[in-house]
Amino acid sequence: MSVLVNKDSKVIVQGFTGSEGTFHASQMIEYGTNVVGGVTPGKGGTSHLDRPVFNTVAEAVEKAGANVSIIFVPPAFAADAIMEAAEAGIATIVAITEGIPVADMVKAKNYLKGRKVRLIGPNCPGVITPGEAKVGIMPGFVFKKGRIGIVSKSGTLTYEAADQVSKAGLGVSTAIGIGGDPIIGTTTKEAVELFMNDPDTDAIVMIGEIGGTLEAEAARYIKSTGNKKPVVGFIAGQTAPKGRTMGHAGAIVGGADDTAEAKMKIMAECGIHVVASPGDIGETMAKVMSAVAA
Amino acid sequence: MNIHEYQAKAILSSFGVTVQQGKVVDRVEDAVAAAKQLTEETGTGWYVVKAQIHAGGRGKGIVTETGSHGVVLAKGIDHVEEKVKGVLGGHLVTKQTSAGGKKVNKVLIAQDVYYPGPSETSEFYMSVLLNRATGRNMIMYSTEGGMDIEAVAEHTPHLIFTEEIDPSVGLQAFQTRKIAFNLGLSGQAFKEMAKFVEALYRAYVETDSSMFEINPVLKTSDDRILAVDAKVTLDGNGLFRHKDYAALRDTSEEDPTEVEADSHGLNYVKLDGNVGCMVNGAGLAMATMDMIKLAGYEPANFLDVGGTADAARVEKAFRIILKDPNVKAILVNIFGGIVRCDRVAQGVVDAYKSIGEINVPIIVRLQGTNAVEAKTIIDNSGLKVLSAIALKEAAQKVQEALA
Repeated sequence: MSVLVNKDSKVIVQGFTGSEGTFHASQMIEYGTNVVGGVTPGKGGTSHLDRPVFNTVAEAVEKAGANVSIIFVPPAFAADAIMEAAEAGIATIVAITEGIPVADMVKAKNYLKGRKVRLIGPNCPGVITPGEAKVGIMPGFVFKKGRIGIVSKSGTLTYEAADQVSKAGLGVSTAIGIGGDPIIGTTTKEAVELFMNDPDTDAIVMIGEIGGTLEAEAARYIKSTGNKKPVVGFIAGQTAPKGRTMGHAGAIVGGADDTAEAKMKIMAECGIHVVASPGDIGETMAKVMSAVAA
Repeated sequence: MNIHEYQAKAILSSFGVTVQQGKVVDRVEDAVAAAKQLTEETGTGWYVVKAQIHAGGRGKGIVTETGSHGVVLAKGIDHVEEKVKGVLGGHLVTKQTSAGGKKVNKVLIAQDVYYPGPSETSEFYMSVLLNRATGRNMIMYSTEGGMDIEAVAEHTPHLIFTEEIDPSVGLQAFQTRKIAFNLGLSGQAFKEMAKFVEALYRAYVETDSSMFEINPVLKTSDDRILAVDAKVTLDGNGLFRHKDYAALRDTSEEDPTEVEADSHGLNYVKLDGNVGCMVNGAGLAMATMDMIKLAGYEPANFLDVGGTADAARVEKAFRIILKDPNVKAILVNIFGGIVRCDRVAQGVVDAYKSIGEINVPIIVRLQGTNAVEAKTIIDNSGLKVLSAIALKEAAQKVQEALA
């Protein structure tokens, strides 16, 4: 089963013919993702990477049956691309673009409300279900197939976690990079919820960072499920100074509740196996899993 | 992007937000003429001299050289020069600056708005910001103006109100009325406040801002509403729509090394520790800093080299980190995905040779695509570089290097 994307996903690339879109679309095709085409307004009717190019997302849905879209459109036009995909009836939108103005995302988020669509990102590495579909920019080989779900705000830290989990003899069901912006489509809690309800996921790695309240919200949800599946958690930014943006636009400590320390405390109180060092994610998950098996 | 009070007031004013008027000067010689002109325009007889730096707490802050506060009152034109001398050119230390303070390159000479009149003056707090939980903008306001809002939030949270704005329709008139009522206003002041809030929110949206903080908003003794101070943070990602605002950036307010790093597309934040780090990806960079701390040291910086860690970028990053004399070791932590580790390793070796002598130990941890080949390149380079593959191993190597 896995979540969000699988071998049956029909993926289109918005911003298909640009350099980023071209590079990552080739990598996704090489991985085995079912890329059915792409959208570049004005280039409809042509072909790129042996796939059809469409002028609009609606056309890609109608003619190629697309149900997943990945967005590489530049920041100034990305929110528009998200809304176009939603209007066309795409079920899962993955927005990779970094640097979208917050005001544009306020509009896009509002536009998506009440529609049957899931947005992942923006400013994220995407989603991968190992062996089935890679809809993102992550290095596919790091993600071995298995039964651990990963949800993370960060790209390279997701790869790190997947690598450790694989080396600990486990593997990944699906990894979701939710993105590091102040406004994102899918929250940590919503991603965790997908894994809690996925029969192919036995445990979850949840990686957060300073800023906002997403991890606390997810932790309380996990507790409310009666800790149905074990969760290993890590929060990046224990040493980050207050009031400074650490790379990700959303990674900024505003008050007392969004520090790494405060988040780790809430997570531990909610029964999450919190690791202080990012080097311990894999080992801790292995221990937790063998305890479950015993 | 942060801007100065005088720049923020100019922007707000252009959207019809009423602000305390003032003249900005950067030379003591210009102060008296500026004050006289302000009197002609506003009729003010007293003047408030305000240091223009990017930090809060200026009123209570102290100028190291003169002992003056950062915001001072000149009770008459004859006192202006003396008061400006006490602030301009000195280093202002506030609770938000470092111990060395920030150099005051400009002062704002502002009108006195606390003049006596038919009613008492009152001070309010108002900010506009994003509610991250709902993805909507909100106006946060309080009757407790002129003080530290964090203290208000802690001690009297019931005195802080929020009004969230529906993006599909924008701020509505009933909301501006609600705000004015909650602030206890009536009559002329009530009408003025409703207009003030409407203009303020319009300015927020049309400037692509990520934060407005007006503290205090003043009700004058003749029932006018004014922004006495203004803190405006513009959304850096929105600046492409506002080319004129990009010019408001004052790089003298920023750390010079951070400015240089930024000009090379490197995301660098200087910190107080002694172990430098160079990482790809913001999350992994923060995690690496945390690991340095767990190993018993303090990180000297945050540095995200981004997705293309080639030799030129690695060299630039090394040079930036080495500008900090506190750095005793450098940890390079790269998770190669699309970027191949052997290329990064070669980049490290080339950068090392190009810089010449690097007198601190370097620990390189390369994981991911071609990690083993990368380790071989580092180990065979003959350089004083320790290599690691696993994250925990890297932490141990840092301890070994500094032991």
